[in-house]
Amino acid sequence: MSESGHAESAGAAAGAAAGAAADASSAGDIAISVRGLVHTYPSGVTALQGVDLDVAPGERVAIVGQNGAGKTTLVRHLNGMVRPTEGEVRIGDWSTTEKSIAELAHRVGYVFQNPDEQIFARTVATDVGFGPKNLGFDEERAQRAVSDALEAVGLAHEADVHPHHLSLSERKRIAIAAVLAMQTPIVVLDEPTTGQDDAGVQLIAAIVGSLIAQGRTVVAITHDMDFCIENFDRVVVMAQGEVRADGPAEEVFADVAALEAAAVEPPQLLRVARALGWSGTPRDARAFVDQLAQQRGSGSSA
Amino acid sequence: MANANAPMIELSGVGFAYEDAERFTLANLDLRIDAGTVTGIVGASGAGKTTLAKTIAGFIPLNEGGTYRGAASVAGRVLAEGTLSEAAAAVGLVTQNPFNQISGARFTVREELAFGLENRSVPRDEMERRVDEVAARLRLEPLLDRSPYALSGGQMQLVAIASMVIMQPPVLVMDEPTSQLDPAGTRLVYDVLSTLSDGGTTVVIIEHKTELLHEHCDSIAVLAGGLIVQHGTPGAVLADDRLTSWGVGETRVTTAARLARERGLLPVERALPIGVDDAVEAFSTQTGAAS
Ligand SMILES: Nc1ncnc2c1ncn2[C@@H]1O[C@H](COP(=O)(O)OP(=O)(O)OP(=O)(O)O)[C@@H](O)[C@H]1O
Ligand SMILES: Nc1ncnc2c1ncn2[C@@H]1O[C@H](COP(=O)(O)OP(=O)(O)OP(=O)(O)O)[C@@H](O)[C@H]1O
Ligand SMILES: [Mg+2]
Ligand SMILES: [Mg+2]
Repeated sequence: MSESGHAESAGAAAGAAAGAAADASSAGDIAISVRGLVHTYPSGVTALQGVDLDVAPGERVAIVGQNGAGKTTLVRHLNGMVRPTEGEVRIGDWSTTEKSIAELAHRVGYVFQNPDEQIFARTVATDVGFGPKNLGFDEERAQRAVSDALEAVGLAHEADVHPHHLSLSERKRIAIAAVLAMQTPIVVLDEPTTGQDDAGVQLIAAIVGSLIAQGRTVVAITHDMDFCIENFDRVVVMAQGEVRADGPAEEVFADVAALEAAAVEPPQLLRVARALGWSGTPRDARAFVDQLAQQRGSGSSA
Repeated sequence: MANANAPMIELSGVGFAYEDAERFTLANLDLRIDAGTVTGIVGASGAGKTTLAKTIAGFIPLNEGGTYRGAASVAGRVLAEGTLSEAAAAVGLVTQNPFNQISGARFTVREELAFGLENRSVPRDEMERRVDEVAARLRLEPLLDRSPYALSGGQMQLVAIASMVIMQPPVLVMDEPTSQLDPAGTRLVYDVLSTLSDGGTTVVIIEHKTELLHEHCDSIAVLAGGLIVQHGTPGAVLADDRLTSWGVGETRVTTAARLARERGLLPVERALPIGVDDAVEAFSTQTGAAS
């Protein structure tokens, strides 16, 4: 079931990305650069204590870390919802302090952690169509963007439904579709797999894959380490408003001190591999079983 | 009082269709849950888990239009025949989106936690004691003087859980309470839940992370097609071959073990592991057996 479901959804996601192809030409050169970022909320809480982060065009980066670490606060700077107290955030040649949210929306799409804060329209299609319309897509392109995006999240059949008549995980996928439809070079996903079932997680993995295949940049916050290691090459670990580790998944998940500081548990299969004393980093079930076969081979020859 | 053999929660032939909906989200559903147990509910996205939670808690039909049929009772009482506040006293419901659980009526987390007790005229000193206790158990002390809205997603989720736990309802239904929590927060929630169930509270928890249910539940019920299609011990339910056809994913170690079995690396008679400890045992025995 999972195999064919995956293939199908990958196809749909590829379709959505194809719609973006015309626009993605400029995506190749928009990098994210965060320098010395400090953010203090009006309440006096300092959520970011001086963060530096560079993301190259076309990279896929996961941000992980304990509750309250500052992950959401950090990524909300990328689309201008939150402005630096100190430091600078650049999206390509733009500094976010010099641009409005509406302008930044041409370059950065942000999917909210809580879909109910993002969704506002009375039908699914209107909600997903809002971004493309505001970005000035012509009628035909807008319509296509909406239907491709709904297809990619598996909700094409719910286009005319009131979003509040859907379940929470379905609303989360509407929120994702609304951002996909904007066809931005940079896509930021705040806990995209929260509340999703297995098929939903696979849909989202396929979406990440096809965005990357299009040369677009994906930054995703997640508490789901299985999803993280299966879909992201680079992992940024945050704790208490700081970046504690930043590097390839294999390295980061071996950095015990950083993981502990950030209350992050390695992915399930990696925990098993560690407990068995294996040295490798199996990123998915197939890699794990390959390693098991090797292990047994050397075990029986020893 | 309900007699000792009667289930704490009993749903017989319960069906529900939301107003103007084309189909019944719950169709002729039966479910029996014993007092003092922890029951996990799993099911695909949109299967109706939240609808079921609202039905157990009496919100459906008391607070939701639509077509309702069948009989649902908690501790022998039919909640549908009483008032919403009676239902709320019988069953505490932690809603799936914590944002919706925050009352909006109070300025600080401390006041938010006390809000429900205040409404029940609990004496001030007891109220304060209970706020301190729940805050300690869920490590909310540093947040007590914050606004309940000026929090991260996970922090708000913990506050929403605490605001229900503090009410000490005889039945606690939690709708994906750990969906936004880090592993430390998740552990705290399951610790609280175990303590509550040891003290006699009946707990129902909707959760996608089946590894956690395996570890903490007495039983797991699967919701699919508007029905409870399977209800049994965690081991039996999570090893059921039909699990994925019901839209419930298996854990990564289960998938790996299945692949290992196909490649002759794990004996067919070995039950498929679900959690990390079980997997370590399964795979290390194999390495040992091979040498
Ligand atoms: N609107 C706000 N006003 C004041 N403080 C806030 C606000 N939003 C978040 N905070 C605080 O800022 C810090 C960082 O919060 P943030 O939402 O960025 O964390 P996070 O890493 O995304 O956590 P989670 O995993 O729980 O979503 C926390 O201490 C939080 O309480
Ligand atoms: N308020 C509503 N009005 C109309 N229909 C609704 C409403 N809420 C839910 N539904 C219908 O019931 C279905 C199941 O919703 P429910 O929220 O119970 O699913 P769920 O299993 O909890 O899903 P999730 O895993 O996303 O939380 C929805 O797909 C939708 O068709
Ligand atoms: Mg967050
Ligand atoms: Mg639900």
